[in-house]
Order: sequence, then structure tokens, then C-alpha cells
Amino acid sequence: MLGRIVFFLCLPSVLAAQLCKPNAAEGFKVRLSIKTALGDKAYEWNRNQRFLFQAAIAFAMSHHLDLEFNVSDVLVCDETPRVSFWFVVTSPGDPSRLVGKESVELAVRKSRDRINNILLLNDATLEFIGVLPTLVAPVKPATPPWLIVFGVVTGIVGAGIVFLLVSTVVQRKRKENKVAEEEDDDEEAQMKRTARNEGIYNTSFSEDDRNTQM
Amino acid sequence: MGEAKNSATEERPKWDNKVQYLLTCIGFAVGIGNVWRFPYLCQIYGGGAFLIPYLIALVFEGLPLLYLELAIGQRLRMSSIGVWNNISPLLGGVGIASMVVSFLIAMFYNTILAWVLWYFFNSFQNPLPWSQCPLNDNQTAYSLECEKSTSVNYFWYRETLNITADINVSGSLQWWMVICLATAWSIIYICFIKGIDSMGKAVYVTATFPYLVLTIFLIRALTLPGATDGLRYLFTPDWEILKSPQVWLDAATQIFFSLSVAFGGLIAFSSYNAERNDCERDALVVGITNSATSLYGSIPIFSILGFKARTGFNTCLEENILTLTNHFDIAERNMTLENYDQWFDYLNLTHPGEISSLPIRVCDLQEFLDQSASGTGLAFIVFTEAVLEMPGSQVWAVLFFVMLFSLGLSSMFGNIEGVLTPLKELKLVPKWISHEVLTAIVCLVSFSVGLIFTLGSGNYWVEVFNSYVGSVPLLIIAFFEIVGVAYIHGMKTFSEDIYFMTGRRPNIYWKACWMVISPLMLLVVFVAYVALQATAYPTYPAWNPDYEKFPQTEPKEYPKWVFGIIVLLIVVPVLSIPVVAVYNLICCGVKRSSADFSPNPYNNEAFEIETQERKKQSI
Repeated sequence: MLGRIVFFLCLPSVLAAQLCKPNAAEGFKVRLSIKTALGDKAYEWNRNQRFLFQAAIAFAMSHHLDLEFNVSDVLVCDETPRVSFWFVVTSPGDPSRLVGKESVELAVRKSRDRINNILLLNDATLEFIGVLPTLVAPVKPATPPWLIVFGVVTGIVGAGIVFLLVSTVVQRKRKENKVAEEEDDDEEAQMKRTARNEGIYNTSFSEDDRNTQM
Repeated sequence: MGEAKNSATEERPKWDNKVQYLLTCIGFAVGIGNVWRFPYLCQIYGGGAFLIPYLIALVFEGLPLLYLELAIGQRLRMSSIGVWNNISPLLGGVGIASMVVSFLIAMFYNTILAWVLWYFFNSFQNPLPWSQCPLNDNQTAYSLECEKSTSVNYFWYRETLNITADINVSGSLQWWMVICLATAWSIIYICFIKGIDSMGKAVYVTATFPYLVLTIFLIRALTLPGATDGLRYLFTPDWEILKSPQVWLDAATQIFFSLSVAFGGLIAFSSYNAERNDCERDALVVGITNSATSLYGSIPIFSILGFKARTGFNTCLEENILTLTNHFDIAERNMTLENYDQWFDYLNLTHPGEISSLPIRVCDLQEFLDQSASGTGLAFIVFTEAVLEMPGSQVWAVLFFVMLFSLGLSSMFGNIEGVLTPLKELKLVPKWISHEVLTAIVCLVSFSVGLIFTLGSGNYWVEVFNSYVGSVPLLIIAFFEIVGVAYIHGMKTFSEDIYFMTGRRPNIYWKACWMVISPLMLLVVFVAYVALQATAYPTYPAWNPDYEKFPQTEPKEYPKWVFGIIVLLIVVPVLSIPVVAVYNLICCGVKRSSADFSPNPYNNEAFEIETQERKKQSI
């Protein structure tokens, strides 16, 4: 009687041991790099953390297949100091039957983000060997940022060119007017200027013609 | 009095002060090459040992040429065309050659500035665009071209240049490059709009800013890990290398191109000086500052390259560590950079078979340090990669590219000056075209022709121009310059000119250099250069993703038509020298040098210069 009880108690773990082994056909190897991801805040991998992992996988399976998976349906074995291990998933109704590799893979990929977040890791530090990581596309904003900088610089330069050209034209016009004014200076204006400077205008050289008559 | 003002003699523009003039000359001489060519040469030619041929070349070739150009420009107060016509009508072609070479170089040099601007615009993002690979078309993996090479290479060759695999395949105009080139030319235009009035103000910033940035980089770079590796690598002298003639040739050409002589720009700049200005001191200041800047710039550059090598080496080791840790399921962080070697030896002893099956890279720091580059490779690939590893990458990237832009801009000023002032003196331009309009026309024409460099194959064309226009023609022009002044103008007349300007005659060192040493050196450099080019059919490195050894560049030979263009580029600028000489010989007979005034009762020597200018005006 006692022997039979012990047998039936040990059966699940024996079965589990047989179901979950390294290089299992329906299993995946998982590798965690906790220290790389978290540095000083790294947690130690122990039974509780493993429980969390199993719960996460159970959630992913339930979410994907719409069946109720339990934590005990996820079997973990061959843990190493690296923190790597193998896991397999058994069917919720039948502990001796494993869920197919493809289903597990799809479930993991679907909820990869959630699994990563639960364990405070990311695609690089929580590796499912054989499951390709989902590639994060580089963020592409609507307007390429370089166009904005280009617009600013071109605007300043363009405004500068226009301003300088306009000021040059204005300056030139002003100079032409001043020269024209000075040319129009006739004797009266010259006399006025001399009087202003407190001088007496010498009229002996004022002639109508600048050129000597031949 | 009003009438006199309207006479044809327009006052020659002049510098606001001496500092402006010196900064302009220094800015012209100190260019991008000081930062990306000199450190490379120093590195491949045995570090500290390279300084010996470099300094010898500076003393016997660079400084005499520099002094000569500044002196004749200041004395004869005209730009390159007027000056050489003045010395002897037979030499008139030298001025034209200078102008043509300046124009050709201005076109491709501004393309480099356009690239710098593009990188500058792209530095205002987080993360920097050259740090990641983009996804390929169906979003399943990263772009293959980017995976095989690096994201930095990909950004330069694909997203910036969109380079074609062959110079024959021109590709189309890359619109982003076109607008960057337009911006670069607009900036040049706004600096030149009022001639040296506006350029002289701009040069206060463009000539001094690079020194500020270099200092900031120096301080930052020296604190980076691995900086000492780079510096030790740069400065360890390898005296054996001095026995190779290639070193001396490269030192001579480097100093020559670095000082920007034979462009005509320096002559134009010094022609705006006061008559009695000590040009000997100016030449010494400019020459020595140029070399000192090269040396000063190579320190932060090499510190950063050393940092990059050290980071690359550490990354290589860490990849190995990860491979080993994963394979042997060792606990994390047990194997570190420090104890890697012991672990490796231990694992090799216990599991030799497994180790050999793993993809373990051999990491050699020396190999990383040897990955040197010069030119665009240094700035746009190596340096941008190094910047990614530095904290605060955007700041360093922006600073670096603004520095490169300032360096290039101040050199462009000299190039454009070497085109504009001779154009005005050629009297081809009608009087009603004002200075602003002429500058706009020159910029527009250069921009239009420069659109070649924005094609898919543009980078290959820049290489063609850089290697061939910016080398042999300048050597020829410089040779004729020095021979023209020393022998045709006459050393005695030239000494008198210098005495008039500086108050003392040139000493034996200058005379010996001008008459014998420098022409000889130029001739030897020219012959050696041509001989070296002629030994092998010229090839160019092509970026071909289909090449079997990709990401290495594929060396391809220039097709025949490109070779023809190369020959044209070398011959056409210097063609004017013999053509003008022959023309003057045949049609006008050999005129006596107009600098040699016969005693004329109506010509008082005191008004020599003004009479000369009036003569030129009335022709």
C-alpha cells in the first residue's frame, strides 16, 4: 500500500523528468543574462524567480491557445549556473502529453514583450534559443529631423542674403543721390557753404565755363 | 573734385586690420587636410619620425613659396593675373592657370562641405542615424548590405552618397545632396557678398572656431580610455622609414598642398595690404601656424582613434566571452576582460575540441589600431563610429562637423578669391555687373557644374578631381612662379621690392631657397610624382555590394573615357602657360618687362605705382 502511494506520488516527477530533458524534441532552451540586463539591481535566480517564469509561460500559452494552462504544466529542467535551462509545456488535461514546439513558439512570440517585462529583461537578455527575436524597426518620425535643421539654416542664410543685398542696393542709391546732389552744386550753394564756414567767397575764379576759352 | 571721384580708379579694398589679414591667410592654409590627412601620414610613416622630412620640406619648400607669393602680391597690388602679366607678359598664363585650378578645386571642395553639412543636419537626432541598420524591404531582417558591412559604412555609402558600383554608372541626382550643396554655396555667397568686407568679418569666426573645438576635443579625448594607445601609436618613431623615398615625396607634397600656394588666393589677399607691411613675418607666422595646427590637431584625432581601437578590442573580447559563457554555461560575470586569458587557457586545456569548433575571434589591439583611414574615410566612417561610443554623442558629432565646416569654409574663401579677383582683372566682365552679381554668377555656375558630384557616382568624381586637379597642375604653376620671380623678374629687383616693403633685404637663406633649393625640390617632387603615377594604371576603390570580398572596396580600373578626362584636367589648366607665352612671343615680340621703367622725364619714380595702374586702366 505504502509502496503504491509512493509510486503514484513519484510518478509525476518521474514523468516530468522524462518529459523535460536537454535537447527535448518539444522543448526550448532558455538563457537569461540577468547581471547584464540589470547590473547592480540583478536579482538572484532561485525557485521563486523560476516560478515567475513558469507562470509567464503558462500565461502565454493560455493567451495563445485559449486553454487554461497551469504553472505546473510548464516543466523546467537542467538549470546551469549560467542561468540557462530547458523547458517543455504539457497539455492541461493530460500531463503525459507535450504541447507541440510550433505552438509554444507562436505563443512565446505573441507575448514576448509581456514575458520580457515580467522578468525585467529584454530580447537580448532573455533568449529563447531557436525563436527569432522580433526586430524593432527604427523609429521613423514623420518629418526627417535633418530637414528641420536644414530648413532653419537655409532660412537664416536666405534672410541674410536678402538683407545684405537690399542694404547694398539702398546704400548705393543713397550714394548716387548724394553725388548727384553735389554735382548740382552751383555757385550759390558754394557761396552759402563758404558763408557758413565764416569765409568770403572769392569770385575771381567763378566762371561760367570751366574750360578756358581758346 | 566730384569728377575725380567718378574716375575709373576705384579704391582697392583693404583689410580692416592686420589680424583680419593674418586670420584669412591662416584660415586659407589650415583646411580639412590638416585634420584628416596629416595625422594619417604621421601614422603610416612612423609617427614621430615623419616630422623630420615634414619640417625639412616646410623650411626649404613651403616657407619660401609662401613668402614669395605674399611678397609679390603685396608689392604689385594685383591678383594673380595682373601680377604675372606685370612681371612678364610671357608669364601671363600662370595667372590664368591659377584661376582655372582654383575654380576646379572650388567645385569639388564645396561638395565635401556639402557632405559635412549633411552629417551636421543629421546629428540632431537621438539615436544618431548611423548607429542602427534599417530593416530590409519585407521587414523580416536588417538590410543585407548593412549587415555585411557596418551601420556607419552603410549610412555613408548608401544613405548619404547612394553610391553606384561603378564610375560608368552615373545614377541620378540625389536630391538631399543637391539641397545640401545649394546650402553650402549660399553660405559661401553670403560671406562673399561684400567682397573682403564681409569675408573678413566671417573669417574671425571660421578661422578661430576650429581651434576652440580642437581644444575641447583634446581635453575630452585625453580622458577617454585607450587614448594613450592611440597617442603612443601615433608618435612612436620608426626611424627605418626615413630610408624610403616615398616618405620624403609625401612630406613634400603634403606641405605644399597644405599651405595652399599656387592657387592665386594668397596673392590676392596680400594685394589688399598696405604697401609697407612686413610680409616676411606674415609668411613665417602663417607657415608655422599651419604646421603647428596639423600637429595640434593630430593629438585629439589620434586619442579618439586609440579610444575606438580599445573599444573595438574590448567588444571583440566580450563577444568571445559571451560565446564561451553560453557554450559552457558558466555563470555570468565569472569570465571578465581581466581574467579572459586564464579562462581561455584553462578551457583550451580541458575541452580543446570544443574550443576549436566555436567561432572565437582572435582579438589583437594592434590590428584595430592599424585600421587607419584618411580623408572622407576618417571623418565620415571612423570618426562617426568613435563618436557613437562617447557619451553625449550628438554634442560631439555636432561640434566635429561644425569644426570641419569652418575649416573647409575658410579654405573655400581663398579658392573663391583666387577666382573672383582675377576675373575682374581680366576685364572680361562689363562694368555694369556689380560685385554682388558677379559673385552670384560664379557661385551659380560652380553649383551647376558641381551637380556632377551629387550623382550616384559623385564620390568617384570627387576622388578624380582631388587626385589629379589638386596635384600636378599646382606643382607646375608653383615651379613657374618661383622661376619667374627668381630669374625673369630678377632676384635683384625682387630684393629691392622687399627692401621697399619691409625695410630689409632678404638674407642668404631666402635667396638660396628661391634661386636653387625650392625649384629643385619642386622639380624632383614633380618628376617623382609623375613617375609614380605612371607606373600603374590608375584604379579607384569601388563600393560594390556584389563584390565577393565585400565589405572591402573593389579596386577597379578607370575606363578609357575617364582616363581621357583625367588627362584633360591635368593639361587644360596648365595649357595656358605655354599658349600665352607663345602668343606673346609671336604677335607682340618680346616686350621688355614692364617692371623695368626706362628713365622718362615725365615719369617721376615716386608715382610709379599710380602710373602703372592708370596704364592698365586705360588699355
